[in-house]
Amino acid sequence: MRIASRLLALACLLPLAAFAQAGKTVKIGVLNDQSGLYTDLGGPGSVVAAKMAAEEFGNKVAGMPIEIVTADHQNKPDIGSSIATKWIDVDGVDAILDVPNSGVSLAVAKVIADKNKVFIDSGAATVNLTGKNCTPNTVHWTYDTWSLANGTGKEVVKAGGKTWFFLTADYEFGKQLEKDTRAVVEANGGKVLGSVLHPLNASDFSSFLLQAQASKANIIGLANAGGDTINSIKAASEFGIVAGGQKLAGLLVFISDVHSLGLKTAQGLQLTSAFYWDHDDKTRAWSKKFAARHNGRMPTMVQAGVYAGTLHYLKAVQALKSKDDGKAVVEKMKALPTDDPLFGKGSIRADGRTIHPMYLFEVKKPSESKGPWDYYKLIREIPADQAFRPLAQSDCPLITAKK
Amino acid sequence: MTTIFGVPIQALFSQLLVGLINGSFYALLSLGLAIIFGLLNIVNFAHGAFYMLGALGAWLLLEHFGIGYWPALIISPLIVGLFGALIERTMLKRIRGLDPIYGLLLTFGLALVIQGVGRNYFGVSGEPYDMPSQLSGGTNLGFMFLPNYRAWVVLVSVVLCALTWFIIERTRLGSYLRAATENPLLVQAFGINVPRLITLTYGLGVGLAALAGVMAAPIYRVSPLMGADLIIVVFAVVVIGGMGSIFGSILTGFALGVIEGLTKVYYPEASSTVVFVIMAIVLLVKPAGLFGRTA
Amino acid sequence: MTARVETEPGAAVQGRAPARDMVRSLRMPTLILIAVCLVAPFVIYPVFLMKMLCWALFACAFNLLLGYVGLLSFGHALFFGAAGYLTGHAALVWGLPFELAVLTGVATSAVLGLAVGWLAIRRQGIYFAMITLALAQMFYFFCLRAPFTGGEDGIQGVPRGKLFGLISLEPNLTMYFVVLAIFLFGFFFIVRVIHSPFGQVLKAVRENEPRAVSLGYRADQYKLIAFVLSAALSGLAGSMKAVVFQLASLTDVYWTTSGEVILMVLLGGLGTVFGPVVGAVAIVCVESFFAQFGGWVTVIQGGLFVVCVLAFRRGIIGELSRVLRRPL
Repeated sequence: MRIASRLLALACLLPLAAFAQAGKTVKIGVLNDQSGLYTDLGGPGSVVAAKMAAEEFGNKVAGMPIEIVTADHQNKPDIGSSIATKWIDVDGVDAILDVPNSGVSLAVAKVIADKNKVFIDSGAATVNLTGKNCTPNTVHWTYDTWSLANGTGKEVVKAGGKTWFFLTADYEFGKQLEKDTRAVVEANGGKVLGSVLHPLNASDFSSFLLQAQASKANIIGLANAGGDTINSIKAASEFGIVAGGQKLAGLLVFISDVHSLGLKTAQGLQLTSAFYWDHDDKTRAWSKKFAARHNGRMPTMVQAGVYAGTLHYLKAVQALKSKDDGKAVVEKMKALPTDDPLFGKGSIRADGRTIHPMYLFEVKKPSESKGPWDYYKLIREIPADQAFRPLAQSDCPLITAKK
Repeated sequence: MTTIFGVPIQALFSQLLVGLINGSFYALLSLGLAIIFGLLNIVNFAHGAFYMLGALGAWLLLEHFGIGYWPALIISPLIVGLFGALIERTMLKRIRGLDPIYGLLLTFGLALVIQGVGRNYFGVSGEPYDMPSQLSGGTNLGFMFLPNYRAWVVLVSVVLCALTWFIIERTRLGSYLRAATENPLLVQAFGINVPRLITLTYGLGVGLAALAGVMAAPIYRVSPLMGADLIIVVFAVVVIGGMGSIFGSILTGFALGVIEGLTKVYYPEASSTVVFVIMAIVLLVKPAGLFGRTA
Repeated sequence: MTARVETEPGAAVQGRAPARDMVRSLRMPTLILIAVCLVAPFVIYPVFLMKMLCWALFACAFNLLLGYVGLLSFGHALFFGAAGYLTGHAALVWGLPFELAVLTGVATSAVLGLAVGWLAIRRQGIYFAMITLALAQMFYFFCLRAPFTGGEDGIQGVPRGKLFGLISLEPNLTMYFVVLAIFLFGFFFIVRVIHSPFGQVLKAVRENEPRAVSLGYRADQYKLIAFVLSAALSGLAGSMKAVVFQLASLTDVYWTTSGEVILMVLLGGLGTVFGPVVGAVAIVCVESFFAQFGGWVTVIQGGLFVVCVLAFRRGIIGELSRVLRRPL
């Protein structure tokens, strides 16, 4: 009777019943959004990136084989944290990478700290990962709200965009991004004329953009991400906003977004990124290999961060000849300088923040582009030591405790 | 500059106009839904998915067959409408006599499947779809710059709504349809092929959704999830208008667009919620909706 | 032309057996259920089992409303999620002990259930479903904006606390047995309600409301009480989930959660006693198994909906009950 259905249920669970012994493999988990808003900026591409890093080591490190697993957190903190918990408790995963979506990343960071494994986040934006929620097990690669605000905000104001109007997504990330950028704009002599909050995943931005247009600000700052950014830009192009003389500043834009928009609509957009595939010979070479394994799509900065993060993690494990103590591995990662073809030379700070240069780009006009994915022109490089929030301003308990 | 509650009158008008444009989409979509519910008693939760299929169809036609916007406006709804008719024939027919709740659940499941498959093959960022050159650009109305394409949307919407309403309420075909839903056996006894009529109607409703999708493609991105959150709003529109009334849905669709536009000016954060507040109020005061007939 | 939702094949088979006998016939399956639940955590990852138990309780609570009263609510996520938030907040910010935090959550859901139920009961069928959906969406937007819910981050780091101030609930195994006890309490409570005179009136109202009214029963009051019970028990499930996973998030109040519980009840068997439990177990397994395939989970769920409605309306336990000719 019920036995049959119960047995069926049990059968489904057999894969989970295999409790991990203190594993003899180095297991790396790539946890990100594979079905929702952020699929294209990380997703399966991040898995490819991680695999490429493992292959640099010949799929073996310190005598142990490397295994890569992946799962979809669907942008939900509860799913993300339960996958992380299960991975560590049951499957013997040693390090978790990627994790876009700030809410999920904070939940996962806590789980990993509690269980003393390694967390290298390359997808989330929240600066709290190296701020008040920092842990000795967390490393934050690629970008955060502070560096985006500092990059785009400061550089755009310096380049002449003095007056700003914000179009902000009405949730924590959007509001924080606006707050950080506002501070930077005002500190550099600019003025914020106003702002409007739009609901997350709004389908139509025409009315918000009309308000932005009416403000006559030089720059319309888009404090949103993913589909919202794309829709804002599309609507702006349609309502002749860029043609009318105002410029759009995308505070968080990925190359996958630009690809989806097309150059005709996105031209002139200014954005900050940690990586661009066409930057130099080394990035080009790596990216072409990546694209060959990922449907011809060039890597985003998030995927590049996964590669670099995995590479550095493996270096640390190699040097330590062990992977079990998460804190020790992260300390080693902070002790070794970072060096990879994508981000160049850099380091990881005491609060877990990876330091590398950031770049301000502008999206090319269709006439300036030689082919698909040739989208950005470099406006300015922001040196590594100026790109991230200074340690002196940090509210990370690891840092403040020492003071 | 005169202001109303702190908003300059020019800005207000422009927002109202934008609201009207959005209302056109709501009206067009709720039209299809109202037809399907009013005449077939099916709560078509898959309506958003068909809207998405219409847009996706237009994009595919362009990408793989080089067929542009104008032909796509006819071809895509036709194909999707046929697909809808097929679904009606194979699945919806089986549950016709049952509680409408099953129809809701079945179409809900269908929506999940269609959207999921679309997402797995096309990703979520969406694909760009260029505006047809004849409709790009805009006119400067003085208080705002009105893109031509958006004006076109309003025009098509009004015409289609009026046309559909006329067909259903004033022609013989429409009267057969209305009769068939009230008493299918009797109508069938008169020699009218009722099952075929029903399949056709479902196909028509679906086709209207697909048409709205094609029209949306140049403005919103073509993404597998584009219908998902829209469907709830459209449902609210139909419920407010009265689930049996086509005229009610059309009117409510346009009205809601305008009200949302006003909300965006004075209290933008609530613009996504206002439709539900209205729906809850209407349902409490007038349960059959503003123009509905009590079943 | 009102066709009914097909429910309770067992009753049709059983005829007019007294409630006592029906409960007795459930004894065997119940004992098996308890036995399996006692042994399971030593074989299978307890957190996974706890997830199943929370959803099973939620599904049972929902089944009370849909299967036995005949009301389809598309907004039950409201109660599930609201309790989760209040319990999380109570435990984390107010520092309440485990029992009080859970009680806070349940009380919240009960009160919300009273409010929503009072508004929605006036209408029937599709309109009832639509009102519950609208109210649930409004609540979702409220949660999105209210500062205490943490918006998209949710309430994180909810402490598990100590049971009765003595036994720490941090170890998964201990937590599991507490959750099991609470689940069994909820489960038996529902069984008791279904097989009581109150439950009989509910069934009468579902089958023929005008007749029940003509016999002197205040149908609306009965429906409202059932709604509040369903809401409170959904809240209990939500509170437990918040404590087990130490997280309360927006997904729990979004309409897709309402959809999931409907699927669980449908798949397991509307109007059966064990149906919701089996349905919850099955869906959680399917989701977990297909999670590695990322985007296909929703497709599978959709497919299950379609299949269930077209060919499998009685659900797993419903079909089983028909084959075995006994109510399950």
